Amino acid sequence: MSPKTLYDKIWDTHVAHESEDGTCLLYIDRHLVHEVTSPQAFEGLRMTGRKVRAPEKTIAVPDHNVPTTHGRENPDQMTEDSRIQVAALDKNAKDFGIHYYPVSDIRQGIVHIVGPEQGWTLPGMTVVCGDSHTATHGAFGALAHGIGTSEVEHVLATQTLIQKKSKNMKVEITGKLKPGVTAKDITLAVIGATGTAGGTGYVIEYCGEAIRDLSMEGRMTVCNMAIEGGARAGLIAPDEKTYEYVKGRPHAPKGEQFEAALAWWKTLFSDDDAHWDKVITLKGEEIQPVVTWGTSPEDVLPITATVPNPEDFKGGKVEAAKRSIEYMGLTPGQKLTDIKIDTVFIGSCTNGRIEDLRAAADIVKGKKIKDGMRAMVVPGSGLVRKQAEEEGLAQIFKDAGFEWRLAGCSMCLAMNPDQLAPGERCASTSNRNFEGRQGYKGRTHLVSPAMAAAAAITGHLTDVREMM
Amino acid sequence: MDKFEKLSGIAAPMPLVNIDTDMIIPKQFLKTIQRSGLGKNLFDEMRFDREGKEIADFVLNKPQYREAQILVAGDNFGCGSSREHAPWALLDFGIRSVISNSFADIFYNNCFKNGILPIVLPQEAVDVLMKDAEKGSNARIEIDLENQVVTSSDGETFSFEIDAFKKHCLLNGLDDIGLTMEKGSAIDAFEAKAAAARPWV
Repeated sequence: MSPKTLYDKIWDTHVAHESEDGTCLLYIDRHLVHEVTSPQAFEGLRMTGRKVRAPEKTIAVPDHNVPTTHGRENPDQMTEDSRIQVAALDKNAKDFGIHYYPVSDIRQGIVHIVGPEQGWTLPGMTVVCGDSHTATHGAFGALAHGIGTSEVEHVLATQTLIQKKSKNMKVEITGKLKPGVTAKDITLAVIGATGTAGGTGYVIEYCGEAIRDLSMEGRMTVCNMAIEGGARAGLIAPDEKTYEYVKGRPHAPKGEQFEAALAWWKTLFSDDDAHWDKVITLKGEEIQPVVTWGTSPEDVLPITATVPNPEDFKGGKVEAAKRSIEYMGLTPGQKLTDIKIDTVFIGSCTNGRIEDLRAAADIVKGKKIKDGMRAMVVPGSGLVRKQAEEEGLAQIFKDAGFEWRLAGCSMCLAMNPDQLAPGERCASTSNRNFEGRQGYKGRTHLVSPAMAAAAAITGHLTDVREMM
Repeated sequence: MDKFEKLSGIAAPMPLVNIDTDMIIPKQFLKTIQRSGLGKNLFDEMRFDREGKEIADFVLNKPQYREAQILVAGDNFGCGSSREHAPWALLDFGIRSVISNSFADIFYNNCFKNGILPIVLPQEAVDVLMKDAEKGSNARIEIDLENQVVTSSDGETFSFEIDAFKKHCLLNGLDDIGLTMEKGSAIDAFEAKAAAARPWV
């Protein structure tokens, strides 16, 4: 047999049909559904009299619209259109008989946090969701990617996707990370190196010592932003940490089935002499805590740097950088650490897991947020929230002046009431710094949870290493 | 889905790189449970001020581009979220084709499900067509999907690549789900085989 990458192996295991031109029907093991990108798909099924082919493999949870404040069971907390969208998911889940975690369930949370937490996501699976950050699940060595609503309908009806194979890219992070440098800094540094279109047409496998050293939470952070680099998916080969994380989760296999699964999972790695269409290597010890200055996730610089001059870029990026710097209200040459922050958001499918909250709480402990600062922590799921309360993290945040919220996507995309006002500047642990992403004319700097916590204390972008 | 065979239309120039799906259709418009009616919100934050008044220098507000059916855009068009509301909004506005040097993967796929043709051309070709589009409503760009050719208003032609299956579906306005369901027995067989090999899934 010819050598294969991890992606090749998962792909080959899931091809249900291949046409002569190479167009494949890829079988989907898990389909995650949320309220924003699914109503039109369910409506399509109704109009054509189609059913959900595999309801037992379909899991739904409302996350994008839901308020994160207490009393959210009260529908008055939502706008009319949000209420309709969440109600539609309630109804569709019931009508089509799919697994469902309603807002009232403690297991509710961001779909990409709930999936792994409940053991729905397992190594070697194909996982899709009508959400680009489905890439998150790649941390388990699952082929996971976002799809549009028409494809959601296609998967609901047929449990397959029409696909052509992507190319293989290896992103290796060698060596050890320095203190203060996290999974978020790795994933942003990779996008900074490749650009937001650098991964287009590829599935990325992240590997190397620095990746192996990451926890499952960290690996999810890295894979989560594969899409920001343009890749279809990001993958990390499963290892002992993966098996340990999965074991005992509600929907993970048990007993003999677990052993059988484990035997197969251990074959899920890229062969030594597998072919890579593109290889990128970064040295882990050279990665610094980073921050974005512009309105694209590729606008990444070490926290010690200064705002760039647009003229230093090439091609279309010159105009784009001018526009970004104007939008962000910055001046070329300004030190990044001199940028004042109004708001800190800790949460999202990128950084809303327990380890992220621990990292932020470590910095915050015994301190107060800067006067006038608005700071919020939005745990990624009800269970993350509960665990953080049990570990005393919630109290640390509350004592420091943070708002301690209920689970949801919240200010990552500001579909719920958590939004930036025009001109408001946020240090955010989320994944996109696009214009208007966190609110009309809002200004976003993407950072790690520790860096966000540091900014909340000092009131400006801060090198977290100075606070450790 | 409407067929796409040939199109002769006004092209609007949008040279900005990395036009993301939040720009194409901001999140406040994702709360709809329908596919239609999003054209009025296309590029909302670039097109209108907070009072809902048109921003005069935005390309689609200029008289010569109000009827545009084609966008000629900067690199990495459609990056960001998977929201199909982006092609729905473009289509509802009347855009049937976008020409760029590259597209984000999910957006690219979403276009084909909605009868929109995304065309990838080398940067030099995009530059020529961008200049052409800047001429306004007198410069109509022609697109011929069958022959995979774009023709500028000056008659300069550029051929483009496209996946044969995607082309077939677009030319005939075919419904993917119906086509896949015809392969139901292959899916049944796969499911049985996979359940035996990986019963824990």
